Amino acid sequence: MKRRQFLLTLGAAVMMMTPMLVPKAAQADALADITARGTLRVAVPQDFPPFGSVGTDMAPMGYDIDMANLIAEKLGVKTELVPVTSANRIPYLQTNKVDLVISSLGKNAEREAVIDFSKPYAPFFNGVFAPESVAVAKAEDLSGKTVGVTRGAIEDLELTKIATGDTVIKRYEDNNGTISAFLSGQVEVVATGNVVAAAILAKNPPKRPELKFLIKNSPCYIGLNKNEPALLEKVNAVIASAKSDGSLTSIAQKWLGAGIPADL
Amino acid sequence: MFDYAWLAQYWPVLLKGILVTIQLITVGAAAGIALGIACAWVRSLGPKWLRPAVTAYVELIRNTPFLIQLFFIFFGLPSLGLQMSEFQAANLAMIINLGAYSCEIIRAGIQATPRGQFEAGASLAMTPFETFRHVILVPSLQRIWPALCSQVIIVMLGSSVVSQIAAEDLTFAANFIQSRTFRAFEAYFVSTAIYLVLAILLRQVLIAAGSFIFPRRSGR
Repeated sequence: MKRRQFLLTLGAAVMMMTPMLVPKAAQADALADITARGTLRVAVPQDFPPFGSVGTDMAPMGYDIDMANLIAEKLGVKTELVPVTSANRIPYLQTNKVDLVISSLGKNAEREAVIDFSKPYAPFFNGVFAPESVAVAKAEDLSGKTVGVTRGAIEDLELTKIATGDTVIKRYEDNNGTISAFLSGQVEVVATGNVVAAAILAKNPPKRPELKFLIKNSPCYIGLNKNEPALLEKVNAVIASAKSDGSLTSIAQKWLGAGIPADL
Repeated sequence: MFDYAWLAQYWPVLLKGILVTIQLITVGAAAGIALGIACAWVRSLGPKWLRPAVTAYVELIRNTPFLIQLFFIFFGLPSLGLQMSEFQAANLAMIINLGAYSCEIIRAGIQATPRGQFEAGASLAMTPFETFRHVILVPSLQRIWPALCSQVIIVMLGSSVVSQIAAEDLTFAANFIQSRTFRAFEAYFVSTAIYLVLAILLRQVLIAAGSFIFPRRSGR
């Protein structure tokens, strides 16, 4: 008796929810839709500082949020931020829940098969960082030096390949271990991501990690649905003007503690 | 399903890890037990003014996690200008840790010494130091030797956390291999087996050392 009632309720609930689960068919022109709607829906990270996180006032903040607001402002519409995780950011776009993914998204062949990418808008790279006084410009210069890395990370694998035999590589369990080792002077050089270096810079340490050379460069792109030439063109135009008028540089300075590289 | 082909390439990493672990526990056990004996002497027979300091040390170490002690030494002390390598930091942490635990174990042995034995030593015209060494310490150690052996093995197994400060011990080797080959089951299976063998061997060595130090059989 009770069970039947429960099953009936469950069945009804599923039937009511089904329309919500079916993705809306992609619209013909996303840019026209955005203008008509008056809001730009953007998927942003909620747990990936400094690109996107929640501040003490519970409002989202970060590089990607500033970027989303900048684009909405240039389009003359309001921003609607949709927090996503790294796993569901592309499904959100594909099911038309958002217009753009500005979520520290890197480009690769698998992703290019399903969505389009704008021009890069944020630097994201792995490199070797050390204080200004340490003279290092290439892998050979690390000879005899102690370099801290996070075990198993891309930079660990790459550095292990390119480092000369007498480079001492200290592998820490996680990024916090690597950061602590650098701050406490246990290693004078670290190989890590620019985001981690920015986290060290944010602590305003006596030893400031500066980029010595790049290990792997994979900048962030804005993701959008395929076959939206008008929106793509508009987004690229906004990025280009943000680069030339310095507003992108100020966002990068604010969140990454460094300007944008010339080749971005 | 399981693939041990990586062993051919990574066995030097494992071997180095084993050697580091053995080195750590050898130095750690010798210095730690020596520290424990000194602290046990202070707490039971030593000068009264020194006792609160030793009690504070023992309670501090026995009531805080080993990993935190290790992080404090490696990441914390450099801000006070005391920089040491990860190996030195790991060893120091192990010595301090074992010192505190073995202090309490040895003190129990000393306190179980019959009062008459102190008097026997005095009546043989031994100095207090000689009495302590021959009449009190050796029988006390013999009494608590099995407990002390277990504590040394616990510290050896606990030394696996020194991989967190990039000391390249056996656990570091296992983690390293796992992060390169993604063969988690095999890497940890092999390292588990090695730890088991190391622990059994260490116990045998300690028991042998015990029968060497205490040739006379006790009443047990």
